[in-house]
Amino acid sequence: MNIVVAIKQVPDLVEELELNDSGTDLDREWLKFKVNEFDDHALEAALLIKDAHGANVTVIALDNGLDIDKALYAAAAKGADRVIKVTGDFEGYVSTHKAAKALAGVIGTLGADLVMTGVQAVDDRDGQLAVLLAHQLGVPHVTVVTDIQVNDTSATVHKEYGGGMIGEFTVDFPAVLGIQAAAETPRYVPVAKVRRAMKSTNIEEIGGDGSGASAGTEVTKMYKPETGQGAEMLSGSAEDVAAKIVEIIRSKGI
Amino acid sequence: MIYVIVEHINGKIEDITYEMLGKAKSMGGGVTAVLLGSGVEGLASQLGAADNVLLCQSPELTEFNPQANCKAAASVLAGKNDSIILVGNTSMGMEIGPGLSAVLGMPLISYVTDISDGSVTSSLYGGKMSVQSAVDGGYIASVMAGSFPAESGMLEGSPNVESVEAPDLSDVKVHFVKLIEPEGGDVDITQKEVLVSVGRGIQNEDNLEIVQELADKLNAALSCSRPIVDNKWLAKSRQVGKSGLKVKPKVYLAVGISGAPEHIEGMKDAECIIAINTDENAPIFDYAHYGTTEDLFDVVPAISEKL
Ligand SMILES: Cc1cc2nc3c(=O)[nH]c(=O)nc-3n(C[C@H](O)[C@H](O)[C@H](O)COP(=O)(O)OP(=O)(O)OC[C@H]3O[C@@H](n4cnc5c(N)ncnc54)[C@H](O)[C@@H]3O)c2cc1C
Ligand SMILES: Nc1ncnc2c1ncn2[C@@H]1O[C@H](COP(=O)(O)O)[C@@H](O)[C@H]1O
Repeated sequence: MNIVVAIKQVPDLVEELELNDSGTDLDREWLKFKVNEFDDHALEAALLIKDAHGANVTVIALDNGLDIDKALYAAAAKGADRVIKVTGDFEGYVSTHKAAKALAGVIGTLGADLVMTGVQAVDDRDGQLAVLLAHQLGVPHVTVVTDIQVNDTSATVHKEYGGGMIGEFTVDFPAVLGIQAAAETPRYVPVAKVRRAMKSTNIEEIGGDGSGASAGTEVTKMYKPETGQGAEMLSGSAEDVAAKIVEIIRSKGI
Repeated sequence: MIYVIVEHINGKIEDITYEMLGKAKSMGGGVTAVLLGSGVEGLASQLGAADNVLLCQSPELTEFNPQANCKAAASVLAGKNDSIILVGNTSMGMEIGPGLSAVLGMPLISYVTDISDGSVTSSLYGGKMSVQSAVDGGYIASVMAGSFPAESGMLEGSPNVESVEAPDLSDVKVHFVKLIEPEGGDVDITQKEVLVSVGRGIQNEDNLEIVQELADKLNAALSCSRPIVDNKWLAKSRQVGKSGLKVKPKVYLAVGISGAPEHIEGMKDAECIIAINTDENAPIFDYAHYGTTEDLFDVVPAISEKL
């Protein structure tokens, strides 16, 4: 079977996030980017199917100039059979609708039985890609997926609701799944192996077109929520802070 | 007119629906609830905050179905592109919101925390940023649970119920199999007075020892954020948040947890929240009553020692 996994780079939230001069977007110049954590799960879910049943795994990304090659080489090192970079007008902020249109144009030619994306990304404002992609491709979707069992022409999947409740569904191929968590912790790949993959892997470049997709709404202001508004920050050494925390807990009658 | 997609599971209307109904009512101009299902006419009487209920029933809608519900919602709302449509930013809403956006060609804003005239506020970057989007004309807002008081949407009333014929759903390619109830854990974290809650800042499984020791000393339970469960370091029954449990302890000690919106959803109503996080910009400090940016590996053992 053919599985296509879409991945993207997102700002690493461990870093300080700075705003651009107009205060409508992040200042991307100094940001550090990393693969969206749910994409690691999507790739892992695909590789687990490959390990168990055999599958051809293609990893695809829009070329938004954010160091996507590194991510694609890492995917190849983990076991992806084919890596594709969709080139075109994708610098800066790309709306999810535009990404869906551009990706669908390419994915539609790949003969995928299953398309997987991360359930969501931290930078997404106009909707999660999986469902938009499914509508572009004219195929069914299930998102917030935590477990996948594949059969010949369909998959049985678990979709997570609140409170740990799960809905079990079967979905006929071809289909798009938005992955929340793979059944296993995403595999780790040593740097040396990624280096080797860089030498042996050919990143295919295919042109994509997202023009004409719904532009969505305009951001008028981006800002840091008032940090520390409610929290009284405890000062002093770790010892002092610990003593204060004990005092606070005791004051609650514990 | 503002349309609210009703969310229900196991015959019960979810709180997010009441949050949205209350907010929609306060915006003026009339509220219509969109109720999809089978044998759910009885639920309409619990939607008193709405002026109208559009009821669409079909055997294919008996249980929530990602594809069937999208198709039915799009059919009920066809031609309403100039309206405001509210869906929950929930597992169900994450199918219907983008689905409607795709079919109706309406803009969608996710993670919405507030709506005012002409502007929609939403959360980005794990709660580290807020954004305002300008809206004129119709749009779909996917609303974060906990953004508006549910009580404001729990009103008596007898909305006018109009039945709408379901579209043909025989071609749906997703089939419901069953609902699986969560497994009960060894402890019920929703019943504890004190929770020591651990996040990715703990780095690895072995380090859990230091938070476990603290929990033991406080006669507290250990709870956690989602990545800890995904890594299989703690059981699912310990997870706090959107896809875990909602907790309301007297004291919630958040250790190495950033405070992503999905986590906040599960614990923001705790009586006293104390956060230990080295990142002074971590969103958890927006919700905590007390906070420290000292290293958890220094502070946590020091607290244990003093108890
Ligand atoms: C549909 C959906 C449902 C979800 N449901 C849930 C849910 O139910 N519950 C949930 O928790 N998440 C949920 N998530 C995931 C959520 O988006 C976040 O990814 C998650 O909450 C992050 O967990 P964390 O805070 O432990 O990790 P991180 O965000 O990685 O934060 C770790 C924190 O530790 C701090 N830290 C690091 N080292 C130290 C140190 N030495 N001392 C002190 N602090 C330190 C860092 O500054 C950082 O802020 C869901 C996501 C989706 C898409
Ligand atoms: N530009 C993109 N290129 C490839 N995959 C993407 C892109 N945007 C989103 N995705 C996929 O869709 C998931 C959800 O992203 P988002 O819709 O932005 O929340 C991501 O985790 C990726 O798997």
